[in-house]
Parts: sequence; C-alpha cells; structure tokens
Amino acid sequence: MLSNILIYFVVIPLIMLAGLALCRNIKQIRTVAVIGSLALTALSVYLLVDYLGLRAAGATAPMLYTDSWSWFPQLHINMAVGVDGISVAMLVLSSIILLTGSFASWAINPMPKEFFLWLILLSTGVFGFFISIDLFTMFMFYEVALIPMYLLIGVWGSGNKNYSAMKLTLMLMGGSAFLMLGLIGIYYHSAPEGGELTWNLLQIRENAAIDRGWQYFLFPMTFVGFGVLGAMFPFHTWSPDGHASAPTAVSMLHAGVLMKLGGYGCFRVAIYLMPEAAHDLAWIFLILTGVSVVYGAFSACVQTDLKYINAYSSVSHCGLVLFAILMLNTTAMTGAIMQMLSHGLMTALFFALIGMIYGRTHTRDIRMMGGLMKIMPFLAVCYVIAGMASLGLPGLSGFVAEMTIFVGSFEHTDMFHRVFTIVACCSIVITAVYILRVVGKLLLGPVQDEHHLALTDATWWERTATVTLIISVAAIGCFPNFFANLIKFTFSPEIFAVIGMN
Amino acid sequence: MDYTQFLAMKQEIWLLIAFIFVFLLDTFMPKKDQDKVGVICCLLFGLLTLRGFCPTVLGDQLAFGGMYETSTVIVNIKNILNIGVLIVMIQGLRWSAQDMVKIRRGEFYELLLATLFGMYLMISARHFLLFVIGLETASLPLAAMVAFDKHRYESHEAAVKYVLTAVFSSAVFMMGLSYVYGLTGSLYFSNIATALTAQGSSWLLIVALAFVIAGIGFKLSLVPFHLWTADVYQGAPTPVTSYLSVISKGAAAFAFLVILWQVFGSVYSQAWEWMMYALIILTITVGNLFAIRQRNMKRFLAFSSISQAGYIMLGIEAMNPMGLSALMFYILVYIFSNLAAFGVIGAIENATGKVYMQDYNGLYKTNPRLAFTMMLAMFSLAGIPPFAGFFSKFFIFTGAINQGSIAIYVLVLIALINTIISLYYYLLVVKAMFISDEESTVAKFNSSMSERVAMWICVAGILCLGIVSCVYNHLLAIAA
Repeated sequence: MLSNILIYFVVIPLIMLAGLALCRNIKQIRTVAVIGSLALTALSVYLLVDYLGLRAAGATAPMLYTDSWSWFPQLHINMAVGVDGISVAMLVLSSIILLTGSFASWAINPMPKEFFLWLILLSTGVFGFFISIDLFTMFMFYEVALIPMYLLIGVWGSGNKNYSAMKLTLMLMGGSAFLMLGLIGIYYHSAPEGGELTWNLLQIRENAAIDRGWQYFLFPMTFVGFGVLGAMFPFHTWSPDGHASAPTAVSMLHAGVLMKLGGYGCFRVAIYLMPEAAHDLAWIFLILTGVSVVYGAFSACVQTDLKYINAYSSVSHCGLVLFAILMLNTTAMTGAIMQMLSHGLMTALFFALIGMIYGRTHTRDIRMMGGLMKIMPFLAVCYVIAGMASLGLPGLSGFVAEMTIFVGSFEHTDMFHRVFTIVACCSIVITAVYILRVVGKLLLGPVQDEHHLALTDATWWERTATVTLIISVAAIGCFPNFFANLIKFTFSPEIFAVIGMN
Repeated sequence: MDYTQFLAMKQEIWLLIAFIFVFLLDTFMPKKDQDKVGVICCLLFGLLTLRGFCPTVLGDQLAFGGMYETSTVIVNIKNILNIGVLIVMIQGLRWSAQDMVKIRRGEFYELLLATLFGMYLMISARHFLLFVIGLETASLPLAAMVAFDKHRYESHEAAVKYVLTAVFSSAVFMMGLSYVYGLTGSLYFSNIATALTAQGSSWLLIVALAFVIAGIGFKLSLVPFHLWTADVYQGAPTPVTSYLSVISKGAAAFAFLVILWQVFGSVYSQAWEWMMYALIILTITVGNLFAIRQRNMKRFLAFSSISQAGYIMLGIEAMNPMGLSALMFYILVYIFSNLAAFGVIGAIENATGKVYMQDYNGLYKTNPRLAFTMMLAMFSLAGIPPFAGFFSKFFIFTGAINQGSIAIYVLVLIALINTIISLYYYLLVVKAMFISDEESTVAKFNSSMSERVAMWICVAGILCLGIVSCVYNHLLAIAA
C-alpha cells in the first residue's frame, strides 16, 4: 500500500495530525505545520514532474499511478487512487495554499493547536478527494473536508460567525445529501444487468451502463450536489457569509481549494460518468451558472466589506468554472481548469492580504480606510497585483484562464450559447469596476483614519505567503502552455465521451 | 423430550446463571463488601460478552418444536446487545454508588440482566407466545428501573408513563395477534408465513398488521407512538435512559425485522410496505423537528433517538441481506455513539447535577476530554466521516436503495434531507461546547474511573468501527 506515491498525500497529513496532537507550544505547532506542508508541496511538485515524465514517455491510460486496495469487498468499495493532469494540478494548488495558509495563520489566537488540527484535517479531506477514483472514498473525503469548517469559522471567525458557520455547514451538507443519493444511484447502475457493480470511476465509465433515463435523474443530483460547493446560483448564499466570517487561512483554503472540489466533482463525476445527460441537460445549468457569473460580479460592486467583495467575486469566478465545464468542449474545459488554478491562487492571495490588512486596521469596511499605499506599500502593491490578476491583466493567471474559456465558449455557434457567452463576458468589465473601485478607495486617496498612520508593513512570514502566491499566479500567466499541456490529455473525446457529441 | 435442545439456548442459560449468581451475591454478601457487587457484575458480564464471541459450531438450529431459533445472525445480534449492556453497566457504576441508590444497587444489575433475558427471548422467539413472554420480561423490569430514583418525582412520573404505555402497547399488539391467529390458525411464525403465502393479503390482515406494527411501534417509539419517550427518558436515571435508548431499541428493532420478514414477508408489497414508508417518514421528520427545540439534554437525545429509529427502519424496508447487515451494523454503531453521549451527560450530571444544554457552554475550556467525546458522539450520530456513524448511515441507505423501486429513492432522499436537519441540532451541542462564549457553569472536575473506561470504549468504537472494515464485512457475510 505504501509503495504508491499518492497515498502519501493522505499519510503526511495524518502524521501531521499526530504530531500536532503531541505539540506543547506554538513554536512546535508552527514547525509541524510548516514542515508538513513543505513536505506536501515537495511531494506534489515531484508528482508533477514525474507525471509529465510518464506522459512524455508515452503513457496513455486515462489515470496514472492507479492502485486499488479492497476495503468493503462485498459492497465493492475499495480505496482506489489514481491521478491525471487535472488532479496533479489540483494537488499542487492545494499544497501551495496549505503552505501559504500556514504562514498566514502564524500568529493565530486562541488555541493554535486546535486550529491547526482542524485545518490539517480539512486538508486531509481535500488531498484524499483529489487522489481518489473510488466514488465512496471520494465522497468520504469530501465530507471530511467540509465539517472542520464549522468549528474553524465558529471558533476563530469574526463578525456574525455563528450564523455563517451554521449556514455554510448546513448548505454544503445539504448538497452532499443529494450527492450521496446520486452516488448510490450510480453504483446500482454501474454495470450492465448481471455484471459486477463497482464504485470505481474508470470502471463505471468503461461499462457505460447507466441508461439515459437514469442519467436524467442522477446527473442533476450529482451536479447540484457538487455545484453547491462550487457556489452555483441559487445555492451560493453560504459563500459570502462563510468567507466573510472565516479566519484568514480558512478563507484562503476554502475559496482557494475547497470550492474547487465542487468544480472538480462536477466534471469528474457528473459529466464524466453521465455524458448523455450532460449533453442534454447542460443548458439548464448553463443558465444557472451564467446567472452566478454576472450576479456575483454585480453583487461585489455594491459591497463595502472587503471580504464580502472578494466572496462575491469568488461566486462569479467559480461560476465561470462551472460555466466553462458545461460548454463541453476541449478548449473551454481546459480554460475551466486554468480558471480553477488561477482563481484558487489569486483568491487565496486576496484573502491573505485582507486578513493582514484587517489584522492591522481592525476594520474591513472600505469606507473607513484609505491611502494604505503610503502606510503599508508592500501589502498594497500585492493587493494591486491580485486585483490585476482578477480582472484579467495579461501576464497574470486570470487573463489566460478567461481567454481560454471564452474562446472555447464561442466555438458553439448556436444562439443560446452565443448569448450566454456574451452575457458571461460582461463579467470581465464588471470585475474591473469592483476591483478598481476597491483599489482606488482603499489604497490610493487620502488616509481616512489618523491611527492608521502608525501601522506597520508586512512581517517576514506574511511576505513569504504573499510572494509565494504571486510567483505562482505569474507562473500560470507566463507559462500557460505548460499547464494546458498538463491538462489537455484528459479533455479528449476518447476520455470524455461528451466532448465528441458536440 | 430431547434435553439437548437446551444447548441451543446457551446464551440465555449463561445469562440466567449470571443473573442467579448476582442475585445470590447481592443477598448473601456481607454489608461491608456491598460496594463490590457492581464491579463483580461488570466483570462477570464482561466474561459473558467475551464468551459470546467464541465461535459456536451450532449454526442454525430450531428447538422446542420450532418455538425457538438460534443462528449466526441471532448470536451476533445478541453479542451486539451484550456490548451495549456492558458499557451501560460500567457507566452505571458511579451512579449506583450514590447514597440514595447504594443500598439497592444489586437490584439494578439484576433487573438489567432480567430485561436482557427478555430481549434475548424476543429475538429468538419463533412462536408469538414466546415472543410475548419475552416482550413482557423485557418491559416490566425496565419499568422498575425507570422508577429507580424513587426520591425523585420525575422518576415516578416516568415509570407510570412507561408502565401504562408498555401495557397498552402489549394489549394492542396482542389484539393484532388475535386477528392473525384468526386468519391463519397458528401462532408459529413458520405456519403463519405458509398460510399467508397461500391466502395472500386481505383487509383483515392489514388491520391485524396495523395493530402488530403499532404495538411494536410503541416499543421502538416510532412516530406517532412516541409520545411517552421524551418524558420517560427525562425522568429515568441516566444509565436507565441510555439502556432504554440503545439496548431496548436495538432489540425491538431486530425483533421487528424478524416478524416483518419471516412472518409477513410474503405480503410485503401488498400490506406493509406503504405503512412502513409512512412510519419512517413521520418518525425521522417529527423526531428531528422536535429535537431542535429541546434544551434538556436527555429530552434532546430522546428525540434524536426517535429519528435514529427511523433510519434503523430503513434496513427493514430494504427486505434484503444488505438491509439486515446494515441494520445490525447501524445498531452496533448507534450503541457506541449514543452511549458516548449518555456517558458524558451522566458524568456531568453525577458531578454537578446539570443536564441543560446551556450548562454545556464553554465545556471545552473546562473539561476538554468530555467535550471532545461528546463532539465525537454528535458527529457520529449525525453521520460525519470518518466516524463510524457515517459508514452505518451510508450502508443503511445503500441497503435500502438495493430494493430498487423509485419510491425507495424518494424515501432515502427524504431521509437524507433529514440528516441535514439532524446535523443542525447536533451541531448546536458542539456549538455550545466549543464556540459559545459564556462562562461554563460546569466547573472542571475529574470523572470517575468507571466513567472514563466506558467513554474510552465508546470513543474507540466510534473511531474504529467504520474504518476497520472487518466488522461490517463480517456482518454482511453472515447476513448473506
């Protein structure tokens, strides 16, 4: 079991949990968190290189490093792992955000030990989810990643935290209730009559035994189930409240990684396993996600709380991920994955910066702040960079992602897709409005509060976190082809049957 | 008469021997050594539990002209109950050492064993006469146990309520039986089943079934037969409440399964499928909705256990081996989770006398271990991975859907949506303990050795039962 590299993505967090449980003071806790997340980052980078090597050497299986260990044999439940380019990209993203998140919560107070325990448990779920190809273990890790949010927000959060934590948990778990039914349904239709049922994604795809009628029932179940976490309209309302109340590292991890679980699940389970229904029903969800994109962006324009602005912008950007996936062609879907990476990094950067600013000014209301560029130039410049990435400045990640998505969407020649593509394109303009509004109000202009003049700029751990993220954002922006190559293998008609249908 | 038949009843006989031993011990032990009765009883019962796991070569066996049956499944369900009873006994040690209870603590253990004996009979009975004897043997000592805190008014009230409902439900049940007897001319499970296969469903049978299901519904506190539950749970001493909520419920659920499958299995779709749909939906939903409003922890868990019974019923509705194994597993996991919760409630009640949810505010700051145990219990009851409750819920849903009809998908969807409602109120407890700012009214205290042992067992169960797959695999193998 331990000979498979993927299993270490779960083993290392578990070791970290054990290590944290033994820690006595904040220094040891920091050491464990940083060493552990560094190990995870190193592992994911190694996996990335090794994966590309294998692909270059001509490996053609849809998933590499596949392995399966029997767990509940009579129910055909296995602990099955395997990754393709997308999962590898997600693993890299998660480990970077966990690393920077650990730095961003360097001085967390109170109960640092418990905080990191929950945070690492959350990331165990995230890593486990991305390496799994067995629906049962996938779902299990998915829920493991959700529940620590409740305590993380409830205990360490700010503002209306009780309400937000409960709302977020219940809505996400509500999504997973639909999801569970969908997955069990898929299991019972995973093999042709008399064949051996299975939870294994690849096997189910190979059997292709779910008939169209059942797909019409199971596809919405799974898509909505994951879509709730992907902040799909009208199930996005947990996101602004949740993000606004969460502590910095949790916002980072949640918006940066956890929301990607939703998008990832949507195409990995719903679309991959049920191509016919995806093809026929995509229009319903296109409308909903189209609404997410525009509505999220407009909502962000009128907010005054920094975190709310960013949370609504996340709704908009994550909506774009689902929107692109539903275009069901190679270009747009590649763009969706780029957008996941891009949004993950840039929103983590945003939330980290907001946390740092909030930690100094003790307010997140943009009307109370101003002229921060003079007071904390480093943080302010980073904020501008994040903003530029968000509104799609070439050279940063947002541009390549959105460009790819809209080029892909425009490949559809019918009226319906055209209209929705144009509507979604408008979000780029609206994004510019709210980003520039914040930059102008918050960073430039006169200083609003005399007390702010005494504030200090970033500490070394804050610089580490932000610089790491900025480098990653720029890397995607400058070398998009590298990431596109990593992803492109998966989104082919041979693997995603639905792409061939258009 | 062939006396070797008694060998089939090994588990009952050992239990009886233990009962007599405890009785004699309690009666003849010198007064100064009386405090050891409880410990001895726990050790003895621990041995008995272990013995249950020793493989028996008996296999399936009918005895006494088909009145009594034992099989691997039945032995296993009895073992599961034994584990629960053992934990309850250990939890009860501290409570039974209190001044007001001390002089009667021997009786507590005797009554406990006596009701367990009744439940054994209920599970093994293959003739309704034996079944009713088991039912009564299980109910009446329980009433005495509910009234155990005789200086407390609530305890009396609870006992009266319990006795009246128990008697009433038995009457309803037997009313149903008389119809069944009239229809089929027999009280043997196998004969009734044969007769029903031949004659099919009829209005009279549906009336009979309504009475039978209502009768057992009272024992299981299914909605709308649940009205006694909250008051009795609140009034009874905490160890008795925990016994009522897990052991009594587990045994009744299994007996219910046997009756519905073995006796009325042939009229599943004509007669009781839709009755059970209605009962399950009502039970889960009403239990959950009422639990939200509760502030007394024991009442809270009473309503939570009502809705849990609804989930257990899903295993019956499945009508397949997977449902049976999932039901056994669910009961096993439920025993550990619920007893962990009651263990914490009991420990706090013994130390401070507090049972309200607001008393738990900030518990994590003063008693982190208790709060942690309670959190695990709540997460397990709510079905959060990686704790055992997630697996039991998942398997019971998988088992139910295996039945295959569209209606069952709808039923499971309703049940799943209800898990979200239940998550809300389970999280309320977690919120009180971890998040609420108010000063805790429970000061730091040390729980006794016995309470800790019981909690450790429960926590180990919650953490391991799901992930260590051999438990469920074993249950699935024997059920198939």
